[in-house]
Amino acid sequence: MAKTRLGRNESINGWGFIAPALTLIGIFMIWPILWSLWMSFQTGRGMALSFGGLSNIKRLAADPIFLKALTNTLTYLAIQVPVMIMLALVFAVMLNSPKLKGRAFFRTAIFLPSVTALVAYSILFKSMFATDGLMNEVVLGLGLVDSPIPWLSDPFWAKVVIISAITWRWTGYNMIFYLAALQNVDRSIYEAAKIDGVPAYAQFFRITIPMLKPVILFTTIISTIGTLQLFDEVQNITQGGPSNATLTLSQYIYNLTFKFMPSFGYAATVSYVIVILVALLSLVQFYVARDRK
Amino acid sequence: MTVAGTPMRRTGARTATPRRPAPDRLKSIVTYTVLSIAAFVSIFPFFWMIVGTTNSSIDIQQGKASFGTYFWQNVTTLFDQVNILRVLFNSFYISIVGTLLTLLIASMAGYAFEIFRSKARERIFAVLLLMLSIPFAAFMVPLFMMMSGAGLINTYWAIILPTVANIFVIFYFRQATKAFPHELRDAAKIDGLKEWQIFLRVYMPVMQSTYAAATIIVFMLNWNNYLWPLIVLQTNDMKTMVLTISSLNSAYTPDFGVIMVATVITTLPTLIIFFVLQRLFVQGMLGSVK
Repeated sequence: MAKTRLGRNESINGWGFIAPALTLIGIFMIWPILWSLWMSFQTGRGMALSFGGLSNIKRLAADPIFLKALTNTLTYLAIQVPVMIMLALVFAVMLNSPKLKGRAFFRTAIFLPSVTALVAYSILFKSMFATDGLMNEVVLGLGLVDSPIPWLSDPFWAKVVIISAITWRWTGYNMIFYLAALQNVDRSIYEAAKIDGVPAYAQFFRITIPMLKPVILFTTIISTIGTLQLFDEVQNITQGGPSNATLTLSQYIYNLTFKFMPSFGYAATVSYVIVILVALLSLVQFYVARDRK
Repeated sequence: MTVAGTPMRRTGARTATPRRPAPDRLKSIVTYTVLSIAAFVSIFPFFWMIVGTTNSSIDIQQGKASFGTYFWQNVTTLFDQVNILRVLFNSFYISIVGTLLTLLIASMAGYAFEIFRSKARERIFAVLLLMLSIPFAAFMVPLFMMMSGAGLINTYWAIILPTVANIFVIFYFRQATKAFPHELRDAAKIDGLKEWQIFLRVYMPVMQSTYAAATIIVFMLNWNNYLWPLIVLQTNDMKTMVLTISSLNSAYTPDFGVIMVATVITTLPTLIIFFVLQRLFVQGMLGSVK
C-alpha cells in the first residue's frame, strides 16, 4: 500500500539523517561516559587498573587537594555567576531603552570580549595583574591602596583576578540573551507602570526580572555548567597557585591524569563529582524558578 | 537628555507632565556613566594587547600602556621561536574541517528531528538535551585512552572527531527548522526529489542565514578550543595558535611582548569574522534562545 510505503520511507529518512550524529555521539560521548563511570570504581597507577569498589570515594573525602579544588570551584560559582547575571541584566535593560544614544556602540563594546579565546584573554589579564604592573599602578595612582597588591601570589586576590577575568569575558555574552528576550516584552507594561509612578528599580525587580525568568534560568544553568568546568583561565593565569588556592576541579582531573603519576580511576571519580554537582544545581535552579511562578 | 524635543506619547500627555522630571535626568546620567565604564572596561584589554605588541616584556610587566618601539623585535622573535605559519595552518585546518563536518552532520540531525517526528526520536532528543549538561571533564580520560588505542594521538582527527557531533548545534538547527516551510518540501517531493536532494537543494539554500550564524559559532568554538588539543596534540609542529600562546606563556621567563603579538594573531580571525558578520552573529545567538 502506498501509505505504508510512504511511512516506511519517512522512517528510513528519519533515522538515516540522524544516524551519523548518533553514531558519533555514541562513540565519542556515551561510550566514554559509561567507561568513565566504570573506571571510577577502579584503582591503580597508569594502565594497571583493578576493581577497587568504593575506595576512590573514601580517598576523595580524605584528599585535601580535592577538597580545596571543590571549595574553590564552588566559591567561583557562588560569587561569579550571580554578579555576572546581575550585571548582564542591568546592561541589557539600559541598552533596551529606545531613547539611548550610541546603543550599537555600547552593545558591540560590551559583547566584544566574547569573541576572544579563553587562553588569549587569560594571558592579557595575567600581564595586567603583574605585581609591579598596570593594575597596581592604577590602584596606587588612585590612592586606593598604600602598597602594591600581590594580585597573583595572594590566595584571596588571585581568586579575585580569576573571577574578574571570567566576568569580563562572559557578561556581554549573557547580555545578548537578555536583550533578545527584552525585545519580546510589551513596552506598554512599562508605560503603564510609569504612569502609576512605579520607580525604575521597582520596575526592574517587579516587571523585568519576572518576565525574563525563563531566560535567566537558561543563562544561569549554562553559566553554572561553564563555571563548574573552569579550566583555561586558571591554567593560564595562575596555574592553580598560589599553593592550590585557585585550583579547580577540572584542573585537578587534568593534573591527576596528565601531570602527576596517572591515576585514571581516581580522576574519573573526581569527574563524576562535577557531573553530580551540575545535576544537583540544575535541579535546584529549576525548582527555584518554578516555585516563584 | 534624550527625550528633550521628542513629542510626548499620547498616553503620557494625559497625565500632564509637560517637563521632564528630575529622576529621569538622573536616570540617564547613571545609565550613560555605567555603560561608558562597562564599555571602557570591555575594550581596554584589547587596547592593552595592541599596545603590548610594541613594548618589551619588562615594559609590559611594569604596566606601560603607551606605544613603544619593540614591535619588529617582538615579531621577529616570535617567528624565530615558533613556526607560526605551520601553527596557523593547524588552527585553520582543524577549525575549517571541523566546522564543515559539524554543520553537515548537525544540520542533518536537526532537520530530521524536526521534520520526521516520532516517539522514539523525541525520546532520543530528550536524552541528548540532558547530555548537554555532562561536562567534558567527565569523559576526557576514557576519550584520551580511546584515541591512543586507535593511534590517533597527535593527529588532526583526534581533535576534529569528538567535536563533530555537537548536541548544542543539533538543537540550534532543530529550533531553526521550525521556521522551514513544509510546503517547499512537499512541492519538491511532487517534483520527484529524493529526501537527500531536498536537503541539499531546497533546505540548505533556504536556511542560508542559519548556516551562516552557525558557521561563526562553531568556527569560534573550534578555533578557541584548548583543553582537548592540549591533551591530544603533543609535538610543536601539530600545535594550534591557542596552544602556542599558552606554552609561550608558561615558559620559565615568558616574553610578554612576543606573547602579545601571538595573542593578536590568535584573536584577529575571530574578531574579523565578528565584525564582518556582526548582525548574523547576534541573530545566531538570539536564535538559540527562542
